[in-house]
Amino acid sequence: MRKNLNRKQRGGNFKVFALVTVAFIVMQLLSSMGMLKSSVKGQLIPICVYIVLAVSLNLVVGVSGELSLGHAGFMGVGAFTGVVVASSIANVVSNDLVRLLIAMVIGGVMAGIAGGIIGIPVLRLRGDYLAIVTLAFGEILKNIIGNLYIGKDSHGLHFALNASGLVMEPDGSMILNGPMGTTGVEKIATFGVGFALIIVTLVVVLNLIHSKEGRAIMAIRDNRIAAESVGLNVFSFKIKAFVVSAFLAGMAGALYGLNYSAITATKFDFTTSINILVFVVLGGMGNIFGSVISATLLYMLPEMLRGLYDYRMIMYAIVLIVVMLFTWSPQAKNWVQAVSSGSVMRRVFGQKKEAEDE
Amino acid sequence: MKNKKTLIEVPSNTFFREEDMGKPPVLEVRNLGIDFGGLTAVDEFSITIGQTEIAGLIGPNGAGKTTIFNLLTGVYQPTRGCVLVKGVDIKGRSVAHVNRMGVARTFQNIRLFTQMSALDNVKVGMHHDIPCSFVTSMLHLPRFYKEEKKADEKAMELLRFMGLEKVADMPAGSLPYGIQRRLEIVRALATNPSILLLDEPAAGMNPSETAELMEQIRRIRDTFHIAVLLIEHDMNLVMGVCETIAVVNYGKIIAKGTPEQIQNNPDVIEAYLGKG
Repeated sequence: MRKNLNRKQRGGNFKVFALVTVAFIVMQLLSSMGMLKSSVKGQLIPICVYIVLAVSLNLVVGVSGELSLGHAGFMGVGAFTGVVVASSIANVVSNDLVRLLIAMVIGGVMAGIAGGIIGIPVLRLRGDYLAIVTLAFGEILKNIIGNLYIGKDSHGLHFALNASGLVMEPDGSMILNGPMGTTGVEKIATFGVGFALIIVTLVVVLNLIHSKEGRAIMAIRDNRIAAESVGLNVFSFKIKAFVVSAFLAGMAGALYGLNYSAITATKFDFTTSINILVFVVLGGMGNIFGSVISATLLYMLPEMLRGLYDYRMIMYAIVLIVVMLFTWSPQAKNWVQAVSSGSVMRRVFGQKKEAEDE
Repeated sequence: MKNKKTLIEVPSNTFFREEDMGKPPVLEVRNLGIDFGGLTAVDEFSITIGQTEIAGLIGPNGAGKTTIFNLLTGVYQPTRGCVLVKGVDIKGRSVAHVNRMGVARTFQNIRLFTQMSALDNVKVGMHHDIPCSFVTSMLHLPRFYKEEKKADEKAMELLRFMGLEKVADMPAGSLPYGIQRRLEIVRALATNPSILLLDEPAAGMNPSETAELMEQIRRIRDTFHIAVLLIEHDMNLVMGVCETIAVVNYGKIIAKGTPEQIQNNPDVIEAYLGKG
């Protein structure tokens, strides 16, 4: 009996990996045959990034049960760290792929550290308070990045909190220009690395969920008092989930930052955090497969609705509401079931049928 | 006056089982008391429990029994007195730490991990017994599968012990009430306790289930060689299974003794039935 459950669980995981891999291969083939529009091609890497963000946020919101509204902040830390690292090692490491990977790992580590620093005070709070404080911290991270000036010259990196404070040799160049963001970044992000990052994220998150750590994290979500009574240190498990989530978000952020020649800190504000949260909620709390699907579809949706011009965000909102209703409301679910089993038709045409019977 | 010693009197008419006589007590509570604002919920509560004793804690509703459990497990910090678990004071320890010192409990209003399977509930209790590091767990290294299999087997054994092996894969929240109560006991046992605190284990059970529970409580003691302290309103269970009983009213102990002594104690009769 138990074996079956394990097999089912592994089967479920396999399904996620298979789907992601097939999607990657199809996209790769289409793009190599030149059958993809450039607008679609441009979306491939951001989709990878948002899938990773949604899955990693799901670890905090769905699995650990803490409402965090500052996920974009960690993405931002990763993005700008990644850009700075990639630019500053440009002369040392000539291979783009290696440079990208180094930038992503360091971006992830910095975001993980930021997650630890924020998590230690914040995770002692519960519920609404936690949501408010993570929101504030996300904004603080964004504002710090927006006021940071980083330049590079023959002496190395220079940091300052205002433009005039940055004293550089004549050969120096700006990497991060405060509110103007990064400029002239070499675009070294690739779809293949995006795919690899999704796989790594899925492996880490799914393995974590199906291990003793994941059980403990879910136990704390289900019943905090009981979890303490069986010897679990609530805080330490919450911080683990939070830091792993921030680390993955940072890696995704680095990939994102290195996909554009210019980005500003305002990209990583509250709106982005909420968008990621929408992916998670719509895909299902704690449902990793759902996060992958909903992040993909919802990221593409505004683009697909581009034909509606001014009305497209209204349509986006309506689609969100309808999907939410059909996945969450019991009445709507029953209705769908009734329609699919044909009982509604029977009810509508019931009298006629009875008359025929007579 | 430096050498002047303050002596505190700890009232104790303590009973030990014969086999516990030569061994230190597993739990020793000395003059425990807690105030909530101006209200004294528990006062001068002293009790000593031997290593394999089954003890009962009874008293009218609102007498402070669950508050005492919360003091013994570190949920509340006492205002006065102390709790020694195997000779070590639990003062300032977290609930999780007190559990790891050897105190496991169940709850009056059942607190299971409702969305997880019964087996996983037990495995959560075994968390500290599974020697996998965070990295091993995260990467599912070979050791992970080995330890996970061992944990599965041990958890199944514990479930079988309480006759719950058939529900191992069911979500804990969907199980019948009586089974949930027993699952909570299994989860507590999974933490390898030295003393098990049961808060109204027979609440909501029918007489035949209660009889079975009595048998199981005895079996737990005999198999794991641990002490059991239980709160219960069902006098059949208390008188049938407990070797010593303490009666509390208004947060104070009004009687201690064997079931026979308690049944005939005029103070206890008065507390339960009022003055004639």
